[in-house]
Amino acid sequence: MVTQALLILLILTCLSLLGSSRLSAYIRIVALQGLLLGALTLAVHAKSLSTDIVLLALGSTIIKSLVVPRMLARAIREADVRTAARPFLGYGGSLVAGMLLLPVALWLGWHLTLPHPVAGGLVVPVSLYAMFIGLFLIAGRQQALTQILGYLVLENGIYAFGVALLVDYPLWVELAILLDLLGAVLVMGVILFDINRDFDHIDTSRLSALKD
Amino acid sequence: MTWIFAAMAVWSLLGLAPLAARSARRAGDFGIAVTLLGAALAAVPVVLTLAGRPPAAFSHPWAVPYGSLAFALDGLSAFFMVPLLLLTSLGAIFGWKYWQHEDGPIGPTWLFYNLLIASMVAVLCARNGVLFLVAWETMALVSFFLVTSHAGDVEVRKAGWIYLIATHLGSVFLLPMFVTLGQAGTSLDFDHLAAPGTLAPATAAIVFVLAVLGFGSKAGFLPMHVWLPEAHPAAPSPVSAVMSGVMIKLGIYGILRVLLLLGAPAAWWGWLLVGIGLASGVFGVLMALAQHDLKRLLAYSSVENIGIIAMGIGVGIIGLASGQTLVAILGFAGALWHVVNHALFKGLLFLGAGAIQHATGTRQLDRLGGLLKTMPRTGVAVLVGSAAISGLPPLNGFASEFAIFLGALVGATTPSRSGLAGLLVVAAGLALIGGLATACFAKAFGVVFLGVPRSDAVEGAHDPGAAMLWPLGILAGTCALLGLGAPLLLPALLPAISLLTGLPAAMASAQLHFLWRSLIAVEATILILAILFFALYAVRSRWLAARPVSRAVTWDCGFGGATARMQYSSAAFAMPLISAFSAVVASHGEVTGLSALFPREGSWSGHSGDIFKAALSRGFGALQRILRRFRRLQNGNLQVYVLYIALTMLVLLVWKLGI
Amino acid sequence: MPIALLHFALALVLSPMLLSLTHRTKAFFAGRQGAPWLQPYFELGRLLRKGAVFSTTTSWVFQVAPALGLAAAMAALTLLPFAGHRAIIAFPGDLLLFSGLLALWRFAAILAALDTGSSLEGMGASREAALSALGEPALILALGAIARQTGQLSLSGMLPALTVQTWNQAWPVLALLLVTLALVYLAENGRVPFDDPTTHLELTMIHEVMILDSSGPDLAFIEYAAALKLWILGALMAAILAPVSPLPEAPALLLALAGMAGVAIATGVTESVMARSRLNRLPKVLGTASILVAVALLLIQR
Repeated sequence: MVTQALLILLILTCLSLLGSSRLSAYIRIVALQGLLLGALTLAVHAKSLSTDIVLLALGSTIIKSLVVPRMLARAIREADVRTAARPFLGYGGSLVAGMLLLPVALWLGWHLTLPHPVAGGLVVPVSLYAMFIGLFLIAGRQQALTQILGYLVLENGIYAFGVALLVDYPLWVELAILLDLLGAVLVMGVILFDINRDFDHIDTSRLSALKD
Repeated sequence: MTWIFAAMAVWSLLGLAPLAARSARRAGDFGIAVTLLGAALAAVPVVLTLAGRPPAAFSHPWAVPYGSLAFALDGLSAFFMVPLLLLTSLGAIFGWKYWQHEDGPIGPTWLFYNLLIASMVAVLCARNGVLFLVAWETMALVSFFLVTSHAGDVEVRKAGWIYLIATHLGSVFLLPMFVTLGQAGTSLDFDHLAAPGTLAPATAAIVFVLAVLGFGSKAGFLPMHVWLPEAHPAAPSPVSAVMSGVMIKLGIYGILRVLLLLGAPAAWWGWLLVGIGLASGVFGVLMALAQHDLKRLLAYSSVENIGIIAMGIGVGIIGLASGQTLVAILGFAGALWHVVNHALFKGLLFLGAGAIQHATGTRQLDRLGGLLKTMPRTGVAVLVGSAAISGLPPLNGFASEFAIFLGALVGATTPSRSGLAGLLVVAAGLALIGGLATACFAKAFGVVFLGVPRSDAVEGAHDPGAAMLWPLGILAGTCALLGLGAPLLLPALLPAISLLTGLPAAMASAQLHFLWRSLIAVEATILILAILFFALYAVRSRWLAARPVSRAVTWDCGFGGATARMQYSSAAFAMPLISAFSAVVASHGEVTGLSALFPREGSWSGHSGDIFKAALSRGFGALQRILRRFRRLQNGNLQVYVLYIALTMLVLLVWKLGI
Repeated sequence: MPIALLHFALALVLSPMLLSLTHRTKAFFAGRQGAPWLQPYFELGRLLRKGAVFSTTTSWVFQVAPALGLAAAMAALTLLPFAGHRAIIAFPGDLLLFSGLLALWRFAAILAALDTGSSLEGMGASREAALSALGEPALILALGAIARQTGQLSLSGMLPALTVQTWNQAWPVLALLLVTLALVYLAENGRVPFDDPTTHLELTMIHEVMILDSSGPDLAFIEYAAALKLWILGALMAAILAPVSPLPEAPALLLALAGMAGVAIATGVTESVMARSRLNRLPKVLGTASILVAVALLLIQR
């Protein structure tokens, strides 16, 4: 039941990402997702808790809900962008689209045959859903920063998927991905900062002007 | 069938009489006599069939290939005949005086009006594909002439062309549909088409989709609805009432008839109709809300109501496909009933719009206001229509939406069928459409009839004469009657429902009893409502009669200089909802003149475009660019045309001999 | 039936008390003593004894609407089960009539507001129409989800069918439904964050601004109908919040009343800690309410 509640909250955070317009709100929501995922790791493995799992939960929570959000917050402070994530599809439209993606994710998640036993009925669909939303954010939003956030949500989905598999080794894979991500965000942060310094904006739809 | 043939002969042959009349007055007298005589003749078999008489049929060989001259009147046809005969008769009574004030000859208008009735009856009774298409096309052509009866106006001509193109595009799908059906059978007689249920699923699916496209374009399904908001405002009010109230319903009839011909439906047909209905309903009512022209508003609202009917049919099909007969019966019952109800209140509102235009010379909402004081009777009738179309209890709109809702709810709570829980979409959709329709018609009635006049167009407005008031009154009364007497009317639905669900009448009747019981309880609650209302109102009036009651200006915050133009306008009223749905309603507002620190005069103009119309016109533009290349072929040179003919003959000959 | 009538009478008597409870809660948070407990009754009584002033612009619509609104609210009350007991009238699909009667109340209120020809009242009417159009699907969806969960077709069947067991089995679903109903409750009753009932005139955005020209018994009818609406929508939440099903009559009634009090106090707390939201954000909030139920519905599919 706790697992289910955490997963529902995860769905709601995904939907609220689609509906909000402030970058700081995005960052807070993604941080909250990190916290939820940490709790989810513990909840799913509550019966067979080991040091590894506690460490993973702790580590991922720290990185996902403290380190990365801090860095992003710093990035938007320095790039001086607060709002205006200017979506291609309006916020209401995004919400409706997000709503339509949910049954798709549920259907896929429930019909996917996996090589390993999975925890609960909802974990796989919700992790798929988080991936969808991450991709949706990357595809549907214009700012470089929201694209990074979309990438983070995508990673959160992958993480939840790893948690769902009730075997040990994906955890290490997961940790590696996490570190990759950290590096990626660092690099993007630096690039973002540089783009902003050089071009006075971080609007990706205008960056294609550089393609020649 | 004799009665029907007699009626059709009256409408089409005696219908020529108005042409010979010397004065407009006499033409009107002839016209209305023909309409009413025909309706009286046709009403006899309709009543008999609905009372349970076995369907009448007539078949005679004719020279046209693929079948015989076949007519029949079964439960489904008879059911659709009811609103047809009622509304066309009342429209004629309204038009009798309405058209007298027209300039130009009204003889042709009356002829086309009666021909329209005859062709619609022919569509309902035709039992042969070729005959059906001929009747269908006659109906389209005759109504085209009615739409363009004010052909002097450029806008009207444009609307007429849009209508003609749209209706023919629809027919394009019907021909292959009948051919596909006929190929599997022996002829195009409906009795000799492929027997119901024998078609391969893929073929049946193709036929169904063609029917939805072809008949849907007449009914006004999204996105083929674009002709409605053009044609309805352009036509004279009695014609708009008949077109919107009855003619577009023949599209619904067509879909139901094809369902009968196809036999057992697949579940996805139902979901398709639910989806189309939901989209049409929500989009239609939002666009209606955004309109400033009363008749355009009503036209978009027809799209909404067609959406509700489509949802009902969808629920019915889903019920049939999943074996839940109760769901099927409730869905079809709601849809059929809404067909009648919409004919009643939309007819009422279009005639009311005619009366308003007649009295004030305008249909622009923001030029009207305060009409309830000058046109009290029209006002009451339009108020009843507005409440009914918003689906408010105790009127008829609520009763039919209730049936569809109940069907969706019963389906959604069926424990063994988890997929049917999706039917709650219908419930939520009906609620959303109902809420938006309430907003829309509260706006329309409020802006037109309440407050104070917004322009001098309203000055001197008065209720129309008895001949125009009576149809309004009768329609308003029927709306109330069909709401309050809803349980009594269920038996009239029985023949059509037992056809559509394939159940014997006794079984369908037993299932319909479920709806009957709920409706009785609804009426009991309404009774409580009425008692409470009259008691409260009486108490209050009694108290106030003994106390100081004074009159003062509307509270203006002490400003003292409030003018009629400061009232909330129709655009302002709709703004919150329109901006909330800006993704589907392309609304633009432009402010001009407000520049300096103390601006004197400013103006605002708003416009809400139809995104589908824009998309379609882009599509047609692209098509035109492609087709322009072929224009060289059509150069007006006679010799070249002869050459074409010769070449075609040659090619045909070679093809025929070669294979 | 006698118990249903008793509940009906109880609602008629106690509904203004909900207002009082909310006011008192707000007073507590503001460190004030607050108005007397019976203040809403005093106000209604005073208005009922007064004469009236009608705007010269208005027609009979304005005079009929308040009585019709109150009658509709009372008729909706006859469909409402309370304390696990069936309502006076119950039948399959009564939820649509329930929401239809609320819509009738609203239609009357909107027309009465437009009848005055005042721009302020037109503004209120427009916003009322907009918010309720978006609130209605959320309400129907939430009730439909309860119907799906319990397998019952009428309000009197589905609300008492919610038990502690249901919470155990499907508490995330019930929690989502509760949030949705709370949003609908706040929006329909014009409470913070949708509207601020304590301000007057143009500062108020929706409900209060629609009744600027109402006076005397008519105003009393309107205010009383508003109190009944608090009760009606609050009772839906209380039925989920405090499921009473297996309990005998008397404790069930006490628990249900406690649930109602809880809803009223929660309203007061919400109003104390939140500000009114910007108007153009409200459609999104109500849209979210529908989305929450949709999520809940998808979850009970499995």
